[in-house]
Amino acid sequence: MKAFTVENGLVAPMDRANVDTDLIIPKQFLKSIKRSGFGPNLFDELRYLDEGQPGQDCSARPINPEFPLNFPRYAGASILLARENFGCGSSREHAPWALEDYGFRCIIAPSFADIFYNNCFKNGLLPIELDVQLVDRLFGEMYASEGYQLTVDLQRQRVVTPSGEEIAFEVDAFRRHCLLEGLDDIGLTLQREDAIRAFEAQWRERSPWLFDAIR
Amino acid sequence: MSGQTLYDKLWQNHLIEARDDGSALIYIDLQLIHEVTSPQAFEGLRLAGRKPWRRDAILAVPDHNISTDSAERAAGVAAIADPVSRLQVQTLDENCADFDLVKFEMNDVRQGIVHVVGPEQGATLPGMTVVCGDSHTSTHGALGALAHGIGTSEVEHVLATQTLIQKKMKNMLVRIDGQLQPGVTAKDVALAVIGKIGTAGGTGCAIEFGGQVIRDMSMEGRMTLCNMSIEAGARAGMVAVDDTTIDYVKGRPYAPAGEMWDVAVSAWRELHSDPDAQFDTVVELAGEEIKPQVTWGTSPEMVVPVDGSVPDPAAFSDATRRAAATRALEYMGLAAGTPITDIKLDRVFIGSCTNSRIEDLRAAAAVVKGRRVADSIKQAMVVPGSGQVKKQAEAEGLDRIFIDAGLEWREPGCSMCLAMNADKLGAGEHCASTSNRNFEGRQGFGGRTHLVSPAMAAAAAVAGHFVDVRDWKEV
Repeated sequence: MKAFTVENGLVAPMDRANVDTDLIIPKQFLKSIKRSGFGPNLFDELRYLDEGQPGQDCSARPINPEFPLNFPRYAGASILLARENFGCGSSREHAPWALEDYGFRCIIAPSFADIFYNNCFKNGLLPIELDVQLVDRLFGEMYASEGYQLTVDLQRQRVVTPSGEEIAFEVDAFRRHCLLEGLDDIGLTLQREDAIRAFEAQWRERSPWLFDAIR
Repeated sequence: MSGQTLYDKLWQNHLIEARDDGSALIYIDLQLIHEVTSPQAFEGLRLAGRKPWRRDAILAVPDHNISTDSAERAAGVAAIADPVSRLQVQTLDENCADFDLVKFEMNDVRQGIVHVVGPEQGATLPGMTVVCGDSHTSTHGALGALAHGIGTSEVEHVLATQTLIQKKMKNMLVRIDGQLQPGVTAKDVALAVIGKIGTAGGTGCAIEFGGQVIRDMSMEGRMTLCNMSIEAGARAGMVAVDDTTIDYVKGRPYAPAGEMWDVAVSAWRELHSDPDAQFDTVVELAGEEIKPQVTWGTSPEMVVPVDGSVPDPAAFSDATRRAAATRALEYMGLAAGTPITDIKLDRVFIGSCTNSRIEDLRAAAAVVKGRRVADSIKQAMVVPGSGQVKKQAEAEGLDRIFIDAGLEWREPGCSMCLAMNADKLGAGEHCASTSNRNFEGRQGFGGRTHLVSPAMAAAAAVAGHFVDVRDWKEV
């Protein structure tokens, strides 16, 4: 996994609440057996005017000129500013894969859906929860100033605005550690193999019906 | 010290170690696997030279993108028309063969939607931790299990370690006392709860459903309710174990038998919240007050009773909600103030992990028996949740009732709930659907979904528009 330390980047808006994972990456693209290549289909139904198909060359498709990510001023954005309950719905990890593949490294919103939030950390993507009024203010600043950039410093847990204002954010210590180091948590968990085996042995003793039934 | 909630007990039973940073390692008893969210996990396993930790804790079944058309299904996996879907199903087959995992083939009578199959086969048992790369894994909580959806990275993590790194969730109790009116079902309860607390109302929580309505509810109904916990933002929903649970589990293929059964049952009897348990949040609804529900917008919280009207966005005081409602009405092609019963429908879908069990099909069949689907309806389809449900329904003659009424009788799978196969809505079409999500494009590009119960969907198929099933007269 790609490590996340400091991201200084252009900010783009996804200005609606309850953005669901179907909207982030529609179902027809979930048929892929790969982990990459979802970027061109991020927000497919909003970004293009036609219905997208897997494997298609998206450069030839009619784009929706009213969708902000298609505005030249947001080209190359790496920080997405969003509203409440971002990433609700399905558990598809294709949603963070698509955001990451498009070039986003960080999403700032007042709240996230649980499974999506968790999936982000597995893919080098940092979701930041900030107070709803604060997010509203960042939206205002971004709209008012073309080329609006933010600096996200995970080590210091700060979002820094162009005026130099520093906004603190919360993140779990373990998730922060894994993201800063780009760690694969399967490897970390397997370091606790003895503890898992010991637990499993007593659990089998207590609940033998949970073992060896499916075979 | 106050007592423990059901969730506290399930958590404690599976806790391997708690860490200083607030995270914990918990043990997973069962992982269900399907074709869409597993290929990348198996690939990761292979690349790292790892193997599944416990093959007897895994059950695989294809469901999301397979055809529900009888002729296409009969021709087997190699004949799946869509090459991308075919590759995904073949990849599941290969992965399960390579790692020697139990998998139900596409045309096995035990095949079906993973969340119908798990409980039906007794693979899901009370007291378990159950995960699957699918958010509707919350369904299995109906058996008194801790069950929730995970992403593909976590699918791989569970395959490799039999554990998950978790943070304990908060406890929420949703208590529904009293009694439901005739014609009001678990689906209406689920939608009424979501309408009350919102799609983010349960974020960060495990919901326990309790109260007289839940105690009186069948296992099928409890599964419908727990299934939609995720639509209220909660990863996990659950119901305490009682006689209904135990009667349901008894005799199922993977359930314990003989002496082991008695030992298991005595352990399962502990799976309820203690009388003095404390919940972080309690939400209460009166069973009598719940009416049949219909969604009008593009989020499950955009829901009103069938005797209501499409709301006016101007009536929402919150700016974000007002904007969302305005956009939803535009997408849905509906005008504020339209009575719900005036909404004309193009298609009807009865199925999905929410509502495709035998009780759901019986309810729908009772409504359409001796009637005909309205001429204005382009398609009305019934997709049973599994081969076993299909077989049972056919033994009861439900298939004949549906076919005689003009509904299509299909092969089991996820079908039009998420439209990964050929079953989908056309742009602008309104659908009465027993599924779980009315998101933009969910059932097809530009499709307009209205979530309802099976009985409401069946009545809408006959009438061509929504009707209050409480007024329905059986022929």
